[in-house]
Order: sequence, then structure tokens, then C-alpha cells
Amino acid sequence: MNRITNHPILDQEKPSREVTIFVDDKPILAREGEMIAAALIANGIFINRYTLHKHKPRGIYCAIGRCTDCIMTVDGVPNIRTCITEVREGMRITTQKGAGAWQEEGQE
Amino acid sequence: MIQTELAIVGAGPAGLSAAIEARRAGADVLLIDENSRPGGQLFKQIHKFFGSRAHKAGTRGMNIGTQLLKESEELGIRTCLKGEVCGIEDGQNLWVVIDRNRSEIVKAKKIILATGATENAVAFPGWDLPGVMGAGAAQTMINVNRVLPGKKVLMLGSGNVGVIVSYQLLQAGADVVAVLEAAPRLGGYGVHTAKVARAGVPFYVSHTVKQAFGTDHVEAVEIVELDGSFNQIPGTERILEADTICLATGLTPLTELAWLAGCEFKYIPALGGHLPIHDDRMHTTKENVFVAGDITGIEEASTAMEEGRLAGINAAAELGYINEEEARIRSEEIWDSLNCLRSGYFGQKRRESKDLMLHTGNEVIQWKIH
Repeated sequence: MNRITNHPILDQEKPSREVTIFVDDKPILAREGEMIAAALIANGIFINRYTLHKHKPRGIYCAIGRCTDCIMTVDGVPNIRTCITEVREGMRITTQKGAGAWQEEGQE
Repeated sequence: MIQTELAIVGAGPAGLSAAIEARRAGADVLLIDENSRPGGQLFKQIHKFFGSRAHKAGTRGMNIGTQLLKESEELGIRTCLKGEVCGIEDGQNLWVVIDRNRSEIVKAKKIILATGATENAVAFPGWDLPGVMGAGAAQTMINVNRVLPGKKVLMLGSGNVGVIVSYQLLQAGADVVAVLEAAPRLGGYGVHTAKVARAGVPFYVSHTVKQAFGTDHVEAVEIVELDGSFNQIPGTERILEADTICLATGLTPLTELAWLAGCEFKYIPALGGHLPIHDDRMHTTKENVFVAGDITGIEEASTAMEEGRLAGINAAAELGYINEEEARIRSEEIWDSLNCLRSGYFGQKRRESKDLMLHTGNEVIQWKIH
């Protein structure tokens, strides 16, 4: 896992509640309140989407909500900036292909 | 619709400082930020700041952030988080999209734009692979989100951001394979550079990234030497193993809202490009619209805080909470402090560029508004 547990400057991380989120239908553990992109990196997931024309993988780039490289489909809504969107228990995240598609509500 | 006397866009060091000054003077303030937490980029700055004690030197950026948030809470500053300002009209109305589910019109008498900056990109074959990211992006991941975006990192750029983030990557447990600098000499403060050098990280001046290799992620980087005109020298290529490339190649002010507001701009490359013209009160050419922080030119959090205070005081003065004389005296004190921060080897160029902006601003804006 890619979580930083020991750090010479930062305090020991306060243990926050774990939540389960689903990435392409696979459950992963995230920390309550953390950003989706961080939870993915913690779980070794570095591809957030594939581009529209050349289907090339993209990961985080600016991590402050500006570049939109990390957008994914979250709970049926495409183009969510995962670096500034917090995880929520039971959240369903899909690796976005191209412009993504809106999923009908209640499809689950 | 939400009404307020002063709306501030951006809750980073400039916006928070502006809000604190204006609220303290008695103004009704609404602070808007698109993030779920205020503080801007302060909380990823875990290093100690430079300057004099009056500028909070020796204090870590994250602790300055905590102090500012505490003050803003004590003053009861209204804050609208997850609010993305998508429009600005007549220098008074803001269109804020909140949490993707609703939007609000904010009607303000005065507006301060403190939107900050974003990192510059460098294009090379493979630069779009996962694993290539801004140095600030890696810094956010390690220091705020506490996750490691890579284990073997190549840093492109030896300015302060490059060396500070390199050191913080080491602190977070990553290996920094090299720091590259396209110029023939290193760009950062000696103390930060030395810490990285002492840790055994090799520095390559007159070098850049030629290309990144990998299919789904960066796996290796080809670097190349540059001649005096920044042309690649054939035959000097070498390949380094790395899973991450961090770009520390400068920042660009986030000026979209100033453009939308109809502010006039001036091009000052040394400060990051096209900038909204402002006077010594941080007022733009658009009535009621002020600016502060990196939107006025790329500098540091310490100068952003002082500019925020200037904008907050002068916006409060225009609202009638501070008399003109007091606002003038307090502004002069802050300008002394800013000039002090903009001195020395690294500050002089910024000082000259800022003087140029003020010269233009004081001329154009007096003519326009008064």
C-alpha cells in the first residue's frame, strides 16, 4: 500500500474511519474524508481514465482541481474531479472512457 | 441569492488574510472556495518559511494555515466551501456552483479575487503518461493526502518548488533519482538545495527530459544535455529508471475571473504572464474588484498574505469601515513589509516587476475611477 505512515515532520496520522468504495465494481478500502484520487493511489490504482480518441491512460496531474486529468465517473456522474472530491461509503467509481456517459438513476 | 458586503474568491493565504482584515474592520465577508477545506496550498507546505519574524519566518506553512483558520473562525467569517465561482458580472455578482447540486448568485458590494496559480506543464514524448505530474501535485499527495504517488521520482526544475518538494519526497519515503535543471545553474535557495544534495540526490544542470517511457505508467526517463541555447546535444542521452516525473517548471496565475470581470491586463513575464492591472490598494481597473496573491504575479505565500491584507483593508475602507487616512497609513506599513520581502538576490526582480505594475496601475486606475 502506498500510505505514508511514518513521517519526520507530520504527526502520526489520526486513525480515521475506513469506508468501502467500489472501483469498476471492485471494493477497496478508503479513509473517510479523503479525496478519491488519494484513495486510488493508496490502493495502487494510477489510471483514472482513458482519452477519447487515442484511448491513452491518464492519471493525476495537478491534484488541485485545475487540469481535469483525473476525472472519473462517480455514482453515475461523469467528469468528476477525483482529486478534490471526497470519498463516501458505498461510492461507485468507474474508470472513465472518453467523455464518459451519464448513467440512469436507479439503475443499480 | 446571498448578499454580502465583500465576497472573496479563494481561501488560500491571500483570501484568508483579506477576509480577516476586512472582518476585523467590521465588514460582512463571504469567503468562497471550491475545495472542501480552506487553506489553499498552505497545508502542503510543511517546510519553514523565509523572511523576517514579522513575516512568520521559521514557521511551517501548514502551521500558518492553522493560525489563519483559527483567526477566521474566531471572527466568525462566513465561508462557502465546495463553491466554484463560474461567473462574475458588473464587478458585483458572482455565480457560484455549489456541490454540483445547486448554484447561487452572490450579490456583493466589493469583490476580492484571490484565486492563486496553477503549475506549468512541459511537453515531451510520454508527458501524458500516468506518473508525470506537477511537483505541487506530488506535494499535495504526500503532505496533505499522505499517499506516495511514486517510489522513484525524477524532478524537472531546481527552483524552490523543485528542491523543496524533492526533500519532502525523501521525507515521505520516496527515492529522488535526480533533479534536472535546464539552465546552467541551480535555481533554488541554497539551504533547500543543500539539504537535497546532502541526501545524495544527483543534480544535473543544463539537462532536460527528452522522453518518458512506459505503457500504462512511467517506467524510465531519457534525459539529455542542453547547450547554451537550450538545444539538445545529440549523443548525451542517458536513461534513468523512474516511475514518476515531477514538473517544477513554474506557475501561471489563475486569472480567468479577472478576464471575465473585464479587468485590463498587463504582460509581465517575470511574474508569470498576463496579469490584472492593479494599483497600490490592490484595486483593478474594474470598479469594486480587487486582487491579491498569485493572481497578481507568481510569488510566495508570505507576499500573498501581505497583499491579501492590503486588499482587505482597502476594500473595507471603500465600504466605509476604515477612514481613508488610516487605510493609507496601514497600507504604507504593509508596502514596507512587502518591499522587505521583495529584496535580495531572489526578490529584486519581483520588486522591479511589481513596481512596473504599480506604476501602470496607479496611473490608469486613478484616471479611470476618481
